[in-house]
Formats: sequence, structure tokens, C-alpha cells
Amino acid sequence: MRTIDLIRFALGAIVSHRMRSALTVLGIAVGIGAVVLLTSIGEGVRQFVFAEFNQFGTHIVAIIPGKANTFGMAGATVNTTRPLTLDDAAALARVPDAIAVVPTIQGNASVEFGKRQRRVVLFGVSHDMPAVWNMAVRSGRFLPREDFRGARAFAVLGSRLRDELFGDQNALGARIRIGGETYRVLGVMESKGQMLGFDLDDTVFIPAVKALAMFDLEGLMEIDLVYRATTDANSFRDRVKAAMIARHGHEDFTINTQDEMLDVLDTVLNVLTLGVGALGGISLLVGAVGILTIMTIAVTERTAEIGLLRAIGARRAHVLGAFLVEASVLGFAGGLLGSTLAVALVEFIGVVLPQMPVRTAWEYVGGALALALAIGVATGIVPALRAAQLQPLEALRAE
Amino acid sequence: MTTASGATVPGSVIELSGIDRDFQLGEQVVHALAGVDLRIASGEYVSVMGPSGSGKSTLLNVVALMDRPSRGRYVLRDTDVTALDDDELARARREHIGFVFQSFHLVARMTAFQNVELPLTLAGIAPAERRARVTRALEELGIADRARHRPDQLSGGQRQRVAIARAGIMRPEILLADEPTGNLDSASGAQVIDIMERLNREQGVTLIVVTHDAAVGERARRRIRMHDGRIVADISS
Ligand SMILES: Nc1ncnc2c1ncn2[C@@H]1O[C@H](COP(=O)(O)OP(=O)(O)O)[C@@H](O)[C@H]1O
Ligand SMILES: [Mg+2]
Repeated sequence: MRTIDLIRFALGAIVSHRMRSALTVLGIAVGIGAVVLLTSIGEGVRQFVFAEFNQFGTHIVAIIPGKANTFGMAGATVNTTRPLTLDDAAALARVPDAIAVVPTIQGNASVEFGKRQRRVVLFGVSHDMPAVWNMAVRSGRFLPREDFRGARAFAVLGSRLRDELFGDQNALGARIRIGGETYRVLGVMESKGQMLGFDLDDTVFIPAVKALAMFDLEGLMEIDLVYRATTDANSFRDRVKAAMIARHGHEDFTINTQDEMLDVLDTVLNVLTLGVGALGGISLLVGAVGILTIMTIAVTERTAEIGLLRAIGARRAHVLGAFLVEASVLGFAGGLLGSTLAVALVEFIGVVLPQMPVRTAWEYVGGALALALAIGVATGIVPALRAAQLQPLEALRAE
Repeated sequence: MTTASGATVPGSVIELSGIDRDFQLGEQVVHALAGVDLRIASGEYVSVMGPSGSGKSTLLNVVALMDRPSRGRYVLRDTDVTALDDDELARARREHIGFVFQSFHLVARMTAFQNVELPLTLAGIAPAERRARVTRALEELGIADRARHRPDQLSGGQRQRVAIARAGIMRPEILLADEPTGNLDSASGAQVIDIMERLNREQGVTLIVVTHDAAVGERARRRIRMHDGRIVADISS
């Protein structure tokens, strides 16, 4: 039998049982559609979270005090943890390929201007902060480049703080008070919006040395280092580690690279997408059971036809082939319909509601199609084998 | 080739010797065929008659290669077919045997044309040749105008003619019919018998007809009677 005739024969059977075929295709379509839709939501969330984190550059390492335990969190387990100092930060700036360094302190403080006052998040940082944290100055300028220890009392305001304190007055050059000390306003930051619930504009930036004194801290909370983009992340990290051990005598600090943090995040989010896809897989399973049922019914209903085919000289392989083609066509058609509808829906949401974290997960679409085809073949095999096994006479008598 | 009596049978096409066919029915064994010896020469016209349950259909199914005998030897045109495997049997059915059923057994979702075409399709013959051969067969049987009709749009006589066209489309040397007129009125029955006799007369096809209609059975030149799975009479005129 020619292959084209076998396919035509199977298609003829599909078309002549319109209702039954349509239901099967629908069952698979719903399952595949669910897989594609759910994985697209997973992918959308993944891309959304990444975009949020990538607001900060990727060629960055963070040094925090204390040796990390296995969960990547810094703990005060080492008895002789020395604080991170401004001198450490200055030394790290001299590590080859380091292009920017930000000693960091964070805390809450009250900022006063005249009679107005506002509690904000205070960052003790350095001149390099806008470059390292990927932020821009809207007006004026950022803190000057000067010795970390001798830095003067300048402040730069987040846009929200500026608006709240100054309204339509000019802020640049004004004198404000923070923690009982007077600072001169050098600049105002570009609005950054919110991230994970924090208002990044309700902030004030002052030199780290001033923040250390204000909060009466022994050491820095973190030192952020940016390295040249052409530098290998691991070798840079090793150099930073060596420089720190040289200063502290042993490893009483933890180095986090952005790549590592993103890797962990990526793993978590991929598991999420996979889990969500598995949920869709359950509905796919229902569709598969549907095909199996329908193919079994088809074999039973068409037993006499199978008997006749065998009586007039069809080989077992012909019968097997016809039923397999029938099942895989149904599976593939369902997969195509389901993924087309789901992708259309996802793309439509992307246009109408661009803020929704939904992005087509193309690698899952391809996989879903292959899966639909596989389900067709797999669920077709059992009934097809049964059909091919029939003796022509027994089959004929079924009518 | 020689018969038991020593006479030469020219071109013996079917040769059954010592054929048994047992069916297990629970505890009981039914001997549907018991020691059947039968030789049929090429081009013969044979009718098989006998009471219900005497083994006529079983005999025809064995000859048609649709059923395997429990014991005995069946030689079809110099080939011992008892030794063939499943695929070889299918091929032999396709190439050597046409079968006409009492209940037609047409594929309901296919047109008359497609039903007749089916054996050619299974044999892997190209569409152009299929079309020519099916068209000619339908014309010869006077149902060319019904080519696009499905079985449920045809009368019983027309359906059986489609079935005969399908049985003959591969130009088999053997045409077997099991009660071909059983579901037809006498006029269409006569037509169907007439068509099969023509195939026997004009194309030399070996024709075996199982029937319980004496008028039909009497038409054959050689008449076999069965009883309890045995051939009890074999009369040639
Ligand atoms: N598949 C089967 N299973 C069990 N018994 C069968 C089967 N086919 C035929 N028989 C028995 O074999 C005997 C002969 O049947 P059959 O050849 O159909 O007779 P006929 O065609 O002459 O009426 C009957 O007793 C019948 O019941
Ligand atoms: Mg019978």
C-alpha cells in the first residue's frame, strides 16, 4: 500500500466521524493550550523579575561581612569577624579591573528643611553610586569624588523627598539637617519608581563616613564593586577575595556575584515554570485518556471494517499504520489548535495589557506540539495493535 | 497431476486433503470439517449445498485462506498454504481470491467506486490505473452511474454487484461466494448469479458458490453436498 493512500484512508476515517474526531482534537487542544498558557505565565514572571534585578548592572560583586553558611546568608558564626571598613573599600578600589566602588550603609533617618521634616531611607555611599546602581542625577551633581574618610557633608535627594521638602522652591545649594548635622544639597536624583514595594525616590544619599558616624556603626554593611565588562567574573572574584584575606588575615566576609544571585533566581523561577507546566500536563493527560477512549471505541466500532480489509488482503501493518496515522493526526491537530489559541491569547494580552507578566514560552510551545504528537502515537498504539491482532473472520463476525 | 482414481486433472487449482476444522465450545469440541478431501480444477463452477451447520461456510473460509484448518493439507496452485505466515496469507488472499459475502460487507463511509478500488489500493497500484480498472468494472456490472453513491444509497442488488466488482477487481483465479443471494429478492439474486456465471464463463474464473437455494445450486456443473462436516455427494453433469 502506498503511504499517501494509507494517510488518505486514515484521513477519510477521521472526516467521516466528524463529531468524535472534533471532540478528541478539542480534548488535546485544551490540554496543550493549558500547558502553553501556564508556561507563558511562568516565563512572563521570570522575565519580569529579571528585568527588575537587572536595573543594577550585572558586572558587580558585593562584599558583606561574615562568612556565608551553605544557604548563602551571612551569619555571625566566625568569632573573629572584623568589620568592613572604609579602608577596605579604598583598598578594593585598587584591585586590578575594578572600575567603581561603593561602600554602603543603609538606615532610616529624618531629614529637615526649615519647618518641614520627612523620614526617609538614608544611604551612605560614595561618588560611584549612580554608575554602580544604575541611577541618574536629574539636576545638580552627585557626591564629589573624595577620600572616603574625609568626605564633606553633602547630600543628594531622591525626587520624592525633594518634592516633599521643597515643593516649587529650588533645592540645589540649600542647607538641610539630618541627624542633627547640616548638609548642603548638591543634586536631585532621577525618579526610579518602586521596586518590590520600596519607594526608591523617598531617599537621601550622603557620604558613607557620615552615615557611619550618624548610626554609630563599627563597619559598612556592604561594599559594591563594579569590574570591567571584559573581565572574567570568577577571576575577578578570586582577586577580590585575595585582597580581602590579605587585609583581614582570614575569610571573614562573603562575596556575592550578580551572576550567582541571578543563577539562584533563575533556578527558582525555572522550577516555578516547570511546576506550572506540570499542572497543564495534568489537563493534557485528561486529553490523552480521551484519545485512548476514542481510539478504542473506533476499533470496536470498525471491527467489521478491519475484518473486511484483512479479508481482501490488507496486512497487519496496514491496519496498524492506518490507526496510528489516525491517532497522530488527531493529536497533532489538537496540539496545533491548542497552542495557536494559547499563543494568540498571550500575544493579545501582551498588546492590550503590556504590564501583565505574560510572555510566550516558545520552547514550551515546540515541546507541547511534540508532546501532543507523542500522545497521539502512544494512545493510538494500544488500540491499533489490538485491531491488527484480530483474525479476519472474528473481526468480520462483529457486525 | 493424478487423482486418487488415477485420472489426470488438468490445472488443479485447489487441493484439500484430510482437512479437519475443530472449534472448541466450552467443554465440547465441534468438528465443523471432518476429513474433507477436495480437488477443484481451474475454471470449474461448483456449488456447495447442505443443511445449516453442515460446514459449508467453514469449508469456504478455509479455501478463502481466512481460516486455518486444524489438520490436513491445502495446496493452492502448487503452494502449500498451510505453511504460510500471516502476511503471506494476506498477500495470497489479495492476489488469488475474491470473496462475496451474504451481507455484502461494504465500507459504509466509502463510495461504490472507493469500495471497488480498495483491493487495488492495498496492492499499491497507482491511481491512474486504479481509476481505469474500477471504471471498467463498474460499467461491466451496470452500476457505473452509482459510482459516487455510498452503500446506504444503493439497493441490495446494487450493493452485491459492487461487492462482486470488488471481489473481481484484482482478477483473481478463484471467486468464492457464501450465500450471495441470501439477502436479495429473487430478481436481484438471479442477476447476481448471472454476473458471477459470466465471470466464470468469459474469464475462466474458478467459481464456488455456497447456497441453500436448490434453484441456484442446480445451475452449477458440479454440485457438492455436505453433512456434519463431510462431503457426502459430489456430482458432475
Ligand atoms: N467460530 C466458531 N466457533 C464455534 N463453532 C463454530 C464456529 N464457526 C462455525 N462453528 C460451528 O461449526 C459448524 C459448521 O458451521 P458452518 O460452517 O457455519 O455451517 P454452515 O455454513 O453450513 O451453516 C456449526 O456447528 C457451527 O456452530
Ligand atoms: Mg453458512
